[in-house]
Amino acid sequence: MEFREELLRIIEKNSRIGTKELAVLLGVNEDTVAAELKALENDGTICGYHTMVNWDNMSTEIVTALIEVKVTPQRGQGFDNIAERIYNYPEVESVYLMAGGYDLMVILEGKTIREVSGFVSEKLSALETVTGTATHFILKKYKDHGTILGKKKEDTREIVTP
Amino acid sequence: MRDPLAKKVIDIKPSGIRKFFDIVSEMKDAISLGVGEPDFDTPWHIRDEGIYAHEKGRTFYTSNAGLKELREEICNYINRTQGVTYDPIKQVLITVGGSEGIDMALRAMCNPGDEVLIPQPSYVSYEPCAVLTGAVPVIIDLKAENEFRLTPEEIEEKITDKTKILILPFPNNPTGSIMEKSDLEAVAEVVVKHDLYVISDEIYSELTYKGKHVSIVSLPGLKERTILINGFSKAYAMTGWRLGYACGPENIIAQMTKIHQFAIMCAPTTSQYAAIEALKNGDADVEMMRESYNRRRRFLLNAFKEMGIECFEPFGAFYVFPCIKEFGMTSEEFAERFLREEKVAAVPGTAFGDSGEGYLRISYAYSLERLEEAMKRLSHFVEKLRSEKKA
Repeated sequence: MEFREELLRIIEKNSRIGTKELAVLLGVNEDTVAAELKALENDGTICGYHTMVNWDNMSTEIVTALIEVKVTPQRGQGFDNIAERIYNYPEVESVYLMAGGYDLMVILEGKTIREVSGFVSEKLSALETVTGTATHFILKKYKDHGTILGKKKEDTREIVTP
Repeated sequence: MRDPLAKKVIDIKPSGIRKFFDIVSEMKDAISLGVGEPDFDTPWHIRDEGIYAHEKGRTFYTSNAGLKELREEICNYINRTQGVTYDPIKQVLITVGGSEGIDMALRAMCNPGDEVLIPQPSYVSYEPCAVLTGAVPVIIDLKAENEFRLTPEEIEEKITDKTKILILPFPNNPTGSIMEKSDLEAVAEVVVKHDLYVISDEIYSELTYKGKHVSIVSLPGLKERTILINGFSKAYAMTGWRLGYACGPENIIAQMTKIHQFAIMCAPTTSQYAAIEALKNGDADVEMMRESYNRRRRFLLNAFKEMGIECFEPFGAFYVFPCIKEFGMTSEEFAERFLREEKVAAVPGTAFGDSGEGYLRISYAYSLERLEEAMKRLSHFVEKLRSEKKA
């Protein structure tokens, strides 16, 4: 794997790892790692260093909603304009343009059901280019960003010789 | 009652690794660095093919030599990695792990009294398997100053008119040492000169960190006198599937297949179907695992450097072989104290032959977190030993 890609793959899974340790793992010097990280941050390849939280372990009653949105594309702008209007709402976690039965996938995370329904009925549906929505609630997350939630992998290798 | 046991069997020493594992299993919070198998699960698409084989009712024996499609895929694989062509019908035998291949090859080739050259430190099975055939194992002690590579001079020193077979265990367990093309060429010359046969155990061939593995069968004239042993355990993390293979000259493979059919019948069917998938679509998985091992390897080498422990840079398998001579203990004493005092199990180098004295085998088939904790404990232990020495 190319150096850049390997660096990204490591910090994608562990953003807390320091430049010194990265340098050891990748077999380069620390300055090289620091310079590469800086460059990746500057060109927007690295967009942030987040922590993956399993909110199910917290007692707060919050939900994640996936909302399918059908819209009328605008002349000369396609979907970009309407997507921007939607992603500017701070409560929106992600927005994707989709191929298939609907146009935009809007994800709200860490909200109460009341907040989600308020957002859909009062804000999203009220946009004139939005022609329809369908809201789905996530009941349980098993795996997210490649990580299986709630289960720590155990070493089950038995004793065997030679 | 008469003694029911065979003397030849009784005389074989039990595996030296075993003792340490038995202590580890009694100790609750001990960390083991002793395991010789990958910590990864078999990639899902390979497991899925195994499940699919069950669903489709592929629950019968295969032919003795193994599924034709698998043998063909193995030949394709050797062709694309080594540029060597084998006939899938006559020159390939699917075995129960690489270890069966070693056993079958020795059994098919050794007459009583034939001498088998075994470079050590190395995998512990060669010697007992050779003894069971009535052959005489002749040990070549590999040297640290050569990074535990095999040299033609070392072979020449041990050659007699009874020498028939050379075991070539590279990439090496336990040292992590590899043989590069120039090393192999030098050895090949002696092999041809003395009309020897080679059993080349290349089970770690996919795990090299300095260029791609070169097999001795790719050198001119060597394919005709070599049994190539490989398998799926290390490359695809498929140890439990028990699947390997042997490729070689038709007359040897035919006799190995004869013994295999009487002793084993055939390798497990499910595993053979899964292995086809591994060879067809497993390259990316192998690369992912190799890169992960490589990071751990660099981590360990750096940790030794920081502790001031001498260790040559190994470029293969998933072992490092640090030198512990400065502490004035035998490998076994060191390993035992390390285990009792710091609760970390590493295998003494002597488990792999007398020439492993003064060394420790540390496996990096463990997560980085685990290795970090183990190195913390090693650092603590080393400081303690050094201050003891001063006092």
